Amino acid sequence: MPRLEFTLDQLRDRALIVRRDIITLLAHSQSGHSGGPLSSADFGTVLFFHEMNLSPERPDAAERDLWHFSIGHVTPVIYSLMAERGYYPLKDLLEFRTFQGHLQGHPSKHDTPGIDVSAGSLGQGLSVSCGMALGSRMDGSPRRVYCVMGDGEQQEGQIWEAAMFAAHYKLDNICAVIDYNRKQIDGDVEDVMGIAPLADKWRAFRWNVIEADGHDIASIVDAFALARAAKGRPSVILAHTVMGKGVSYMEDDYRWHGVPPTKDQAEQALRELGTSFDAWTGRLRSHASRAVAPAANGAA
Amino acid sequence: MSQASPISPPGSGAPPSLAKPEMKKTREGFGHGLVELGETNPNVVVLVGDLSGSTNVSYFAERFPERFVQVGIAEQNMMCVAAGLAAVGKIPFLATYGAFASCRAADQIRVTVAYTDLPVKIGGAHGGISVGPDGATHQAMEEIAIIRSIPNMRMVVPCDYWETKKATLAIAGDRHPYYLRFGRESVPVVTTPDTPFVIGKANTMREGKDLALIACGVMVYEALVAAEELAARGIQARVLDMHTLKPLDEEAIVRASRECGAIVTAEEHQIHGGLGSAVAEIVVRHHPVPMEFVAVHDRFGRSGKPEELMAAFGIKAPDVVRAADRVLARKTK
Repeated sequence: MPRLEFTLDQLRDRALIVRRDIITLLAHSQSGHSGGPLSSADFGTVLFFHEMNLSPERPDAAERDLWHFSIGHVTPVIYSLMAERGYYPLKDLLEFRTFQGHLQGHPSKHDTPGIDVSAGSLGQGLSVSCGMALGSRMDGSPRRVYCVMGDGEQQEGQIWEAAMFAAHYKLDNICAVIDYNRKQIDGDVEDVMGIAPLADKWRAFRWNVIEADGHDIASIVDAFALARAAKGRPSVILAHTVMGKGVSYMEDDYRWHGVPPTKDQAEQALRELGTSFDAWTGRLRSHASRAVAPAANGAA
Repeated sequence: MSQASPISPPGSGAPPSLAKPEMKKTREGFGHGLVELGETNPNVVVLVGDLSGSTNVSYFAERFPERFVQVGIAEQNMMCVAAGLAAVGKIPFLATYGAFASCRAADQIRVTVAYTDLPVKIGGAHGGISVGPDGATHQAMEEIAIIRSIPNMRMVVPCDYWETKKATLAIAGDRHPYYLRFGRESVPVVTTPDTPFVIGKANTMREGKDLALIACGVMVYEALVAAEELAARGIQARVLDMHTLKPLDEEAIVRASRECGAIVTAEEHQIHGGLGSAVAEIVVRHHPVPMEFVAVHDRFGRSGKPEELMAAFGIKAPDVVRAADRVLARKTK
């Protein structure tokens, strides 16, 4: 189960595809979160198409790396990454948040193949990842565990219980990523409940802290490599991002945290992303079988 | 009914004495059960939130330190770490006081453990008013109501040392999440090592057709004592040990309802949402009969000796007898 070998340009193209998926599925569902999925799209793409050993055709393969989005509300990016990686057909994205579809508003193990642990209540995911990492170490498994958190989520006390735990047990097989877009549903994180100085907090909890430009593919690739090399302590990547990244009218605006674009807004967004609503809907609809081996091709 | 002893649990072996019962801690049964599991199942791991001694997981910790995880005072983290361990194939048992396991970590149980349906086994120690001197904050009396309302959760409230040990072994073999509730104090032993324990199957501890006493936990003993007193007055009470709160033994409840015509439930738990409520849900649907509820009536506990607290909060054998008299008066109307 080798990792994929994509060039940086190919990863950038993938991230663009994922952003188109996000906008299109949100436009169809008319329900769901826009801002966080777009800010997570670049590091999410690096995770799914570069960093992790995955086996979408055998989602429970023992030797795979494990990933868990503690921010369950960013399902538009999670589901797009999974579909593009071949966990299920792309057309399933068009049934996001519907009764007949399998893509729940927040990730559900028993609805969606490839989800290991359900999520949706903030603050719990790092603890779950700690359990996965500790259990993997007990088994002598080389697998790594990736946990994606939000910056607003850092306000949850359980995060810091888990931070203490991972450092205490020297879980160097954990790599956490924080989508540091500085916005949450009620406004700027520092206005709602300040979390700064975030890097210092994690350092004080004895983590290896890596800062990265969350929209620079090369910076993200390097950050994951640094995390992989760190021994004896867990790593956290502070991915500095912009909420709504890639869609001009959404960027850096907290009001796009939890709402989808209208059809017209989606059309504009998809134009900015180099396609159209009908064209991208058609692409998703025509993929009725799993893209088992995603081609390392361009965004066209 | 056995003449040698008023207690006749199913299975072989000498029946325990009701008048001078052997006293053992249910939490010892949990601790000993875990050690036995540790020897037979390499996937069993144990987590604790800084309460190794009082939950008796220290026995496992001494024998299997490589599979023992001290989490510190962080119950919410512990619940989700257990879930992560379960997600990679472990069978995690965690231990803390029931007040913290069921209330503080309720969201973690609901979202991460139960919604994912992971085989996390929650050991909730110090259940009930019989916790004693620690007082209200440490006397968990809401767990049944909380846990049984969460989909995918299973729940066992064993009555004594042997049943706790057997329940510990049994729930390890089931792929679903469980909450196991046990107590602090030594309580009467009313079963034997041979008494069968089947998840979801109530044990008939005493036969009778005038009324049914349906109990769980330490209240099984109180119900047996009450049944003995009723028998002296010519009233034959059936006593059911309803050790599994979920899935509930509906068949045994409906049979008791049909054959006895009156039911008293007895539990060391708040009256709202506990065993009594669970039994009533079945009774009203299938065969309504008069019911009375022996439970704590919507009050917080307080400090005191276990025995005096149980009496003060109305959950001793005489309270069961009084409830039986009330329900029988309604039955014959």
